[in-house]
Amino acid sequence: MSTNDEGQAVAENPETPENPENPEVPADQKPREPGRFDGVLREIATGNALVAVLSVLLAMVIGSLMILLTDQDVRDTLAYIGSRPSDFFNAVGTSITDAYTALFRGAIYNTNVDGFELRIRPLTETLKFAAPLILAGLGVGLAFRAGMFNIGGRGQMLLAGTAAGWVGVGMDLPMAVHLPLAVVAGALAGALWAGIAGFLKAQSGAHEVIVTIMLNYVGYYLVFYVLSKQGLLQAPGSLNPKSKPMPESVILPKLLGDRFSLHLGFLIALVAVGFTWWLLNKSALGFRFRAVGENPDAARASGINVGRTYITVMLIAGGLVGLAGVNQILGTATSGVTVDMDAGIGFDAITVALLGRSRPLGILAAGLLFGALKAGGFSMAAAEGIPVEIVLVIQSLIVLFIAAPPLVRAIFRLPKEATA
Amino acid sequence: MSTTIDVPVPAAVEPSALPLRTLIKTPIMLGVVTLAIALLIALNARSGDTGFRLATDTDFFELPEVTLPSTATVAVIVALLAACTAVSALLVSRARRTPLWLIAIFSVLAMTGFLAWAAAGKTVPVVGLLGGSIALAVPLVFGALGGVLGERAGVVNIAIDGQLLFGAFAAAMFGTIVGSPWGGLVAAMFAGALVALVLGFFAINYFVDQVIVGVVLNVLVIGLTSFLFSQVLADNPQKLNAPDHFSRIPIPVLGDLPVIGPVLFRQTILVYLMYAAVVVVAWALYRTKWGLRVRAVGEHPKAADTVGIKVNRTRYTTLLIAGLIAGAGGATYTLVSVPQFGQEMTDGAGYIALAAVIFGRWDPVRATLAALLFGFASNLSGVLSVLGSPVPSQFMLMLPYVVTIVAVAGLVGASRAPAADGVPYRKG
Repeated sequence: MSTNDEGQAVAENPETPENPENPEVPADQKPREPGRFDGVLREIATGNALVAVLSVLLAMVIGSLMILLTDQDVRDTLAYIGSRPSDFFNAVGTSITDAYTALFRGAIYNTNVDGFELRIRPLTETLKFAAPLILAGLGVGLAFRAGMFNIGGRGQMLLAGTAAGWVGVGMDLPMAVHLPLAVVAGALAGALWAGIAGFLKAQSGAHEVIVTIMLNYVGYYLVFYVLSKQGLLQAPGSLNPKSKPMPESVILPKLLGDRFSLHLGFLIALVAVGFTWWLLNKSALGFRFRAVGENPDAARASGINVGRTYITVMLIAGGLVGLAGVNQILGTATSGVTVDMDAGIGFDAITVALLGRSRPLGILAAGLLFGALKAGGFSMAAAEGIPVEIVLVIQSLIVLFIAAPPLVRAIFRLPKEATA
Repeated sequence: MSTTIDVPVPAAVEPSALPLRTLIKTPIMLGVVTLAIALLIALNARSGDTGFRLATDTDFFELPEVTLPSTATVAVIVALLAACTAVSALLVSRARRTPLWLIAIFSVLAMTGFLAWAAAGKTVPVVGLLGGSIALAVPLVFGALGGVLGERAGVVNIAIDGQLLFGAFAAAMFGTIVGSPWGGLVAAMFAGALVALVLGFFAINYFVDQVIVGVVLNVLVIGLTSFLFSQVLADNPQKLNAPDHFSRIPIPVLGDLPVIGPVLFRQTILVYLMYAAVVVVAWALYRTKWGLRVRAVGEHPKAADTVGIKVNRTRYTTLLIAGLIAGAGGATYTLVSVPQFGQEMTDGAGYIALAAVIFGRWDPVRATLAALLFGFASNLSGVLSVLGSPVPSQFMLMLPYVVTIVAVAGLVGASRAPAADGVPYRKG
C-alpha cells in the first residue's frame, strides 16, 4: 500500500501525470476550473476520447485472437494451412464474424427474430445489466475522487440486498410505502457497511483497501448466516441459504411493460448519475471530497476535516453501491436473497469506475458499454459456445490500455498528447 | 508521504517514543479478548472434559492425551489472560511497548481457552489442527513473501491473487503435459513472473497507478484462466488437467518427533520449499548487498539513483523474483491434495496474502507468521465444524477477517510502509 496514514502517496505525487485516480490534475495540463468541461466534452477536447476508442478496439482485437486460438475449426484448418490456406482464412473469418454478430445480437439489436419489439429487446437487456454497474461504479468512483479505494463493493451490495430483502419479506405494507422503505433500507445498509472503512481510516489510519476487502468476507459470512437460519431470513421450511421471494409490493416496476425485463432500477441509476454529478461539481461537500482526494495535507491545512470527509464519502459511496444491491434483489433477481446475488458486480464496478475515469458521465458511458458486453457475452456463449469469461478479459484489457495512454499512442503511432 | 531521508529500520527496533495513544491500544485489545473469553463461561458454561490429542502413530514416544475439565480450565486461563493484560498495562504506563512474546503467550492461552470451551465433551486433534494450518497457509506464505519483496522495492503488488491463480493454472496444465509435478512447479513460477512482468510494464514503464494495475490484472487472470479452462481444459481433462501431485515426504528423525514432527516435517516438498523461501528472502533482504539496494530503492529511489543504483532495473528484477515466488504458491492449489484446476480456485487468497504483508509490517518473517495465523484460523473453523462447536460455522469462518480488521485498525495503524511504496520513479 502506498502509505498507512491518510496520505495517498500516489495522489500526492505531483510528478505523476496520467494518474487515473485523479484525472483532474495531470501535471502537464494547465489548471482549469473544475466542472466546466466535465465528462465527455473534455475527453474529446484533449484527445482522450480517441485513446478510449482505440483502447476498446485494441482489447477487442486481443479478444478476437483468443477466440481464434481456441476455436476448433481454426486449429483444424491451421494443421493443413500449407496445402489449403483458404480453408484457414475462411475459418478465421467465420469464427470472428459469428462471435461478434452474436455479441451484437445479444446486446443491441437481434435481426434473427420477427417484430420490432423482439428485435429491440437485447438493447433493453443491456440497459438492465448496465443499471447495477452504473450504480456500483458511481460508488467506487466517488470514493476514488476523495482518494479512497473502495474494493468493498461485494460486501456493501450483499448487506444492502439483504436489508432490502428483509424489509421486503418481513413487512406487509402498501407498495407506495413498502418499496421506498426497502430501497432506503438497502442504501442505508450499504452506507453503514462502507462507513466502517471510512471510520477506521479516519480514526486509526487503517488502510481502506484492506478493511474493505476484509469486510467483503465478513459481510459474506454474515449474510450467509442470516440466510441459513430459520427465523431470520431463510425461507421457512427450506434448507437452502435463500430467502422467500420478494412480494409484489416491493418489486421495482417494469419500465416497458411485462414483456421486457427492464425495470425502474435503470431510472434510479440515471438519477444517481445526476445526483453524483451535482454532488461532485456543484456542492461544497463535493469540493471537499475532491480537495481531500487531490492532496489531503493541503486540504487539512486549509481547514477541511479530512477524517470526517473520509467517513462522509464512504457513507455516500456505500449508499450508491447499496442501490446496486437493491437493484438486484428488488428488480433483477426477485426470487429471493442469496449469497451470490452480487454476481461479481462489486468488482466489475471497479473497472467501470476506472474506465469512466471516476466521473459520473464517464461512469454512465462505461456502465452502458460493460452492460452491453455482458448482455452480448451471454448470447455469444449461448450461440457460439464461447465462454462468457471472454468479457472479463476484454473489460480488463480496456481498463489497462485506457490507464496507459502513452502505450496506446505508441501502438497506433499517434502524436503525443495535446496539452490544451 | 514522508520526505525524510531515513535509513530503513526494521519495525521491531523502533524507538519507544511512541505516543501513549498508540501504545495503549495493545492492553485495551488484550483486555477485550480476556473479557470475551470470560463471558463465554459466564453466559454459556459447558460441562464435560475437553481432550487434546497430541500423538500420532509413528512418534518416537507417544504423548498421552491431555484431558482437562472445560469450565475450570477456562477459568484458570481467564485469570492468566488478565495477568498478561495487567503486565501490558503496567508496561504502557511506563511508556514501554508490550513485547511480542507476551502477545504470543497471550494468543496461545486465549486459543487454548477458546478450544477448551468450544470442544467441551470432545477431543481436539491438535496435530491435525496445526498440520492442516500449515498446509492451508502455504500459498498465503508464498504470496506474502512475493508481496513483501515487491513492496520493499517500491512496487505495490495487488496482483498476488492473479499470480497465485495463474500459477495454479500453469501448474495443472504443464504438470499434466510434462507428466511431472516438477514441470508444473516451474511453469507455475514462470506464470507468476509473467503476471509480475505485465505489472512492471504498466507500473514502471507507463507509470500507471500500481493499485489499479494490480486489481485489473487480477480480473484479467480470472477471465483468462476461466476462459481457457472452459474452452480448452474442460474438453480434454485427461491430457491437460490431471497432473501428478507431490506426495508427502517425511523427514527422517525430525518427522518422528512428537507434535512437531507430523506438523512441520511430514509435509510435501512445497512446504519445505516454503521454509527455505522464508529464510532465503529474509536473509537476502537484510544481509546482502542486493537486499540493501532493494530497500534503498523502495525507501528513497532518488538517493539510490544518486549513488548509482539503477532504480527501475532493480524494481523489475525484484518484482520478477517476487513473481516466481508467488507463482510457486499457486502450484500448491493444483499439485498437492486435489491435482486439478478449477475456475477461480484461489478464492481471493491473494488478497489475504496482501493483508498478511501489511499485518506483518512489510517484513518477510512477520508476514509469514501473519499468513500462518490466517491458515490456522481457516483450519480451525473446519476442525470445529467437524467437532460440532456451539458457534455457527459462518462466524468461525468470519474470524480471520475480523481479526485482520481489528489488527490493522488497532495494532498496525502506527506502522509505516516503505516510503516510496507505490510511487513510480522518473529520472530527472
